[in-house]
Amino acid sequence: MTDHYDMPDARGHFGPYGGIFVAETLMPAITELNQAYQRYLQDPEFIAELDADLRDYVGRPSPLYHAQRWSQALGGAQIYLKREDLNHTGAHKVNNTVGQALLAKRMGKTRIIAETGAGQHGVATATVAARLGLECVVYMGAVDVARQALNVYRMKLLGATVVAVESGSKTLKDALNEALRDWVTHIDDTFYIIGTVAGPHPYPAMVRDFQAVIGREAKQQCLAQTGRLPDALVACVGGGSNAIGLFYPFIDDESVKFYGVEAAGDGIATGRHSAPLSAGRPGVLHGNRTYLMADDDGEIIETHSISAGLDYPGVGPEHAWLKDIGRADYVSITDDEALQGFHALTRMEGIIPALESSHALAYAAKLAPTLGKDRIIVVNLSGRGDKDMHTIMQREGIRL
Amino acid sequence: MSRLDHTFAQLKTSGRKALIPFITAGDPEPGFTVPMLHDMVKAGADIIELGVPFSDPMADGPVIQRASERALAHRVGLRKTLAMATEFRKTNQTTPLVLMGYLNPIEIMGYEDFANAAQRADIDGVLTVDLPPEESAECVALLRARGIDQIFLLAPNTSAERVRKMDEVGSGYLYYVSLKGVTGAGHLDTRDVAEKLALIRQNTALPVGVGFGVKDAETAETLAGFADGVVIGSALISKIEAHLDDPGRARSEIITLLASIRHAIDR
Ligand SMILES: Cc1ncc(COP(=O)(O)O)c(C=O)c1O
Repeated sequence: MTDHYDMPDARGHFGPYGGIFVAETLMPAITELNQAYQRYLQDPEFIAELDADLRDYVGRPSPLYHAQRWSQALGGAQIYLKREDLNHTGAHKVNNTVGQALLAKRMGKTRIIAETGAGQHGVATATVAARLGLECVVYMGAVDVARQALNVYRMKLLGATVVAVESGSKTLKDALNEALRDWVTHIDDTFYIIGTVAGPHPYPAMVRDFQAVIGREAKQQCLAQTGRLPDALVACVGGGSNAIGLFYPFIDDESVKFYGVEAAGDGIATGRHSAPLSAGRPGVLHGNRTYLMADDDGEIIETHSISAGLDYPGVGPEHAWLKDIGRADYVSITDDEALQGFHALTRMEGIIPALESSHALAYAAKLAPTLGKDRIIVVNLSGRGDKDMHTIMQREGIRL
Repeated sequence: MSRLDHTFAQLKTSGRKALIPFITAGDPEPGFTVPMLHDMVKAGADIIELGVPFSDPMADGPVIQRASERALAHRVGLRKTLAMATEFRKTNQTTPLVLMGYLNPIEIMGYEDFANAAQRADIDGVLTVDLPPEESAECVALLRARGIDQIFLLAPNTSAERVRKMDEVGSGYLYYVSLKGVTGAGHLDTRDVAEKLALIRQNTALPVGVGFGVKDAETAETLAGFADGVVIGSALISKIEAHLDDPGRARSEIITLLASIRHAIDR
């Protein structure tokens, strides 16, 4: 795929980041998964089945849409939206769950578990589990269960058991802890579908490979529509799967700049944010070494973001590496700015974006006016905003 | 010879097995810990595992998770745990003390600073749940240079090849996790443990302690039949949790339970 970028190494290292940092009971399962991943991602039959599912079930390719009216209003670069919001289940998450579920089937696993923050990954997992007739348990922080009630109901309709996690900060990181505990307890029959490019190797590489379809399509579409590569890519970063999915196929195209947008919450200076790359430090959590939000004792700090899907104190190890080598820039957008981006796209283009994606949109709105009208920015519109109606109404004091 | 080697050698000579209690530092409050460590030694503990509170204890069941949360509410983390160890050593220079916890606090402190601090606190061993041998070289070398053992976990599904790897990089003892699950789980099968331990011993000469899910004297007695040590954690912490309003009572119940286990494994 690429000439000189070939991360990670055989043990999952992206420079000093990544790796496998798990309790011993998980080691055999991770080795088994790694073997399956190495084998099937080279297997033409597997790839053919995956491609067919992505086309006929997910609805790929997703369009690349030129947001002309919005671009004109911003007065600078042309903004193109990669429409992952149009996928089945409404976000990019399903690209990965379809892939991992096919692996689970090949490996003979009968039970699927997942963690979820916004509920998009939980819904995407429950969806593929329903389709394959597999038992499905989704762990979700109790705080997120409350703020994403609609997605909880969707998962239940799909036949999944949703477990509200009451430990720690009751958000995504705690859901991940609980899923890991479930996995060690049911290691023989259970496949853990991690929803982002985090976790121990091979997850960061494997989830990236499943999400890279976003960037492969975007590259082709951009060339077909404009005759050239984009100047910049912009994507929000929670764990970082939609961002790496867009970036990765462009990684050796040095003229294409990458911008990863973290959640600044109430503002980086307030400490109430979810921006480990912008304001954290390297450490080890959930099976890999990466930038984290941790205090001087190494305890993980509680995060804040208006968007549940970005509310995570870590980030995929490959982003840590891309930051250190300067290949990508990581910036941040506050809750208020994200809401402005949300409204702008809704009113200008008739597209209601997810709050996560609104962070990317808000940054694009800052970047575009600094570039000439002949420049091209591709923004990953990672999901649709239906799930966020309740949060936005509450925030803006609206009652129906 | 490290304090751990010495302890296991002595136990072997006298035909006894190690009793290894685990509590979390700072639970239910910081003042409880050091006196409890001394009391546990009096009740028959040979080695003590002291848990370093962590915000995200992924391998622990609810009992130890809540112990961490109580300790963190008092802002007890790695640095205060090391201070408690120092305090303990002022009046006990013989009982090995092993820090058990997760890697991130050590990462954030920095491996070298941690190794120096552990040496100053006269710690004997470090057991880091989420540090497998493949990633451990740097940390192990720094600790070993200071006479501190790195203790590794073995699980029911650990292959013979991996046991040999732990034997190579680990020292002090190996800790066999007696079940596939988190600490405090309820499905320990002693016959399984016996079979698995026989296989492990073919691949290591290090002493093997068994833990996770040991709740009573009877189980401990059975395990002592084939292990070199028995680790008991959640069952002790349950006593703390049952008497949060009366730590004195928790203390005396922990002493009683440990003494009964001591008695059982010496039979
Ligand atoms: C629509 C949407 N975008 C982005 C994210 C963030 O995840 P990631 O950074 O892995 O793409 C989520 C997570 O739930 C999401 O639902």
